[in-house]
Amino acid sequence: MATVSDAGDDIADAAVPEGVDLPEGLEPESADSDVEEGAKEVPRGLPLRVKGLRKEFGGITAVDGASFDVEEGSLTGLIGPNGAGKSTTFNCITGVHEPTAGDVFFRGEEITGLAPHEITRRGLVRTFQIARQLDEMTVLENVMLAPGGQRGESIARSVVPGLRGGVVEQERELREEAWETLEFFELDHLATEYAGNLSGGQRKLLELARALMTDPEVLLLDEPFAGVNPTLEEKLLDRIHDLREQGLTFLLVEHDMDLIMENCEHVIVMHQGRVLDEGPPEQIQDNEEVVEAYLGGEV
Amino acid sequence: MSESTARDALDPLRALFAHDAAKVTAMFLAIWALFYAFGTVLGYGNNGLLALVRRVTFLAAVYGIVVLALNIQWGYAGLFNIGVAGFMAVGAYTVSMLSGSPTGVPPGLGLPLPIGILGGMLAATVVGLVAALPALRLKADYLAIVTVALSEIIRITYNTPAFANITGGASGFDNLPTSPANALLLSDPSSTISEPTAVGEAVFSLFAQFGIQRFTAINTVYTVGVLVVLLVVYLVLERAGKSPFGRVLKAVREDETAAQSLGKDTQNFKVRAFALGCGLMGLAGILWFAMGPRASVTPVTFRPNITFYIFIALIIGGAGSNTGSVLGGALFASLLFEAPPVVRNIVTDAFDVSADPSNLIEALVPVAGGDLVPLAGFLLNNIDTLRFIGMGVLLVVLVQRRPDGLLGARKETAAGVSLAANTRPDRSDAAGNGGGDGE
Repeated sequence: MATVSDAGDDIADAAVPEGVDLPEGLEPESADSDVEEGAKEVPRGLPLRVKGLRKEFGGITAVDGASFDVEEGSLTGLIGPNGAGKSTTFNCITGVHEPTAGDVFFRGEEITGLAPHEITRRGLVRTFQIARQLDEMTVLENVMLAPGGQRGESIARSVVPGLRGGVVEQERELREEAWETLEFFELDHLATEYAGNLSGGQRKLLELARALMTDPEVLLLDEPFAGVNPTLEEKLLDRIHDLREQGLTFLLVEHDMDLIMENCEHVIVMHQGRVLDEGPPEQIQDNEEVVEAYLGGEV
Repeated sequence: MSESTARDALDPLRALFAHDAAKVTAMFLAIWALFYAFGTVLGYGNNGLLALVRRVTFLAAVYGIVVLALNIQWGYAGLFNIGVAGFMAVGAYTVSMLSGSPTGVPPGLGLPLPIGILGGMLAATVVGLVAALPALRLKADYLAIVTVALSEIIRITYNTPAFANITGGASGFDNLPTSPANALLLSDPSSTISEPTAVGEAVFSLFAQFGIQRFTAINTVYTVGVLVVLLVVYLVLERAGKSPFGRVLKAVREDETAAQSLGKDTQNFKVRAFALGCGLMGLAGILWFAMGPRASVTPVTFRPNITFYIFIALIIGGAGSNTGSVLGGALFASLLFEAPPVVRNIVTDAFDVSADPSNLIEALVPVAGGDLVPLAGFLLNNIDTLRFIGMGVLLVVLVQRRPDGLLGARKETAAGVSLAANTRPDRSDAAGNGGGDGE
């Protein structure tokens, strides 16, 4: 399961899928820039690649040259002590912050510096550490907001009598899809409740449900289990494993080491803005540097 | 059996009142009844009664339009536009300049009225966008500052003597376009005593049977036209609001970052909502000030206080609800704005408060001796200005006690279809799918 770059060759050979257009300028001599290098190793096997990511806030370097890949269909954990730069890394990947340096590739295309909504539309979708439910909208509205390509987002189509029919028809389909998704997360009994009235754990479920409605390929979950009771946590994990079996890829920021070790097949450890180590859980657990970082030692 | 049939007979009525149309109709009927009663108490004849009721209806309708326009910006998208007066001014002035007579002073371009109206709405939209595009990228407070400043810049621009030969300066633009009601009813629209058209003949003779004068009849026809526009604007915004578009606007209001993370280009939605709102504010300005019974468009009309009236009306009705906006506009225009002077007239007719004191101290001194009449007289005579204090107090109370508005409809769902619990699809054939594993 290692996704270090020397594994790139065999994955590239094995997994050039149908429907992926290889860029034209793929000859070796033109492949020096980061962009083309990223494109060359396009494989569907590594949907998300982060290279030399760096983010400075004034004099503080929150992320200091982090590089890692996320493998297709994996549940990858991103761990690290407080202030390690995990959330900032997430924010740089998803366009909330523009990185000071470094590149982010999604499906072989550079997405560094794109606006958040553009990144989401490509299929890379995130949730937030503190759930961002839309308080004065019902749970069903929250979920129906998410899908892309909604015809009724055009004023004319929503208003003009002859065009409105298509909007209503699509709304009906979306509503059905939304109910299904809510049932999947066992939130259906709360569908008409305002999101602001949900408990902390239910909000986390709602966020995941909403993110799922955007039809993502890769989901970045920022501490999805924080403030969630054990029963709900179990439920949420089950859902994540279900979705992974359906082909989704997850990158998970989490503080609970046991949870990460039990559920992720690949773990990335960040410390002081850098990737300290990555690999399968057993390898990480044996790494003394990691243990030291978590115990608060200075590295 | 008979009991259940009785219930069946009432059910449609209850169902009807659940509809927003019924609420609005009931509100207007109540307002008409109230002002009809006021007029009757004051001893008005049919002409006076109709003129009073028409005036209230006209104000309720134009307030309704502009409150609806503000609702799409502030109620839905949370865009804090406190330059409403400025956008109305741009609409009213532009239509006057485009469609005013070329031979009048200040001269207009003499374009047909529909072009003038479209031009006025377009101008209000463009002015809104030019100012708001940079501000919309920033936080809400900046938009508020930019819009209120813009509104004042607009007013002062129209007021300045430097442009007086185009705008009419401080005395206003009085070469207004021909009112469509006049054009419909009169052979010479510029003169109310000219020969009526065929339609005019029918309308005037109908109104004459009730002893209603021609001037009142013309204004009534115009007011009915404004009511029709209110209905159209309401329907447009109701559809725009209850759609995925409205849903994204609400999401922007609640949490813009969340909306972006769900793939919504929030900037684009904010710009469109702002443009739509500004265009409709321009339309309201046109209908309210540049046509109908008014003689001129004056800069002093567009001071910021009118913006705050509109905010009060929207807060009364409940920001976020289109029906609430119409109700709030009607309530504000009738009960808060028009009713106090009428009530004053009724009271001064019934009681003798003619020996009113000239200032508050003279009014308060007799209170010590148990004589309340001078104070009452003083308050009544100054009701035109005192009602604004009342409005301020009301605004404070409303924001504290009923932040969702009197009618509390801020949380209407935004979707093209019903989102009630009974819309859940029947899934008895697919029990194994998801929810059934019972954690």
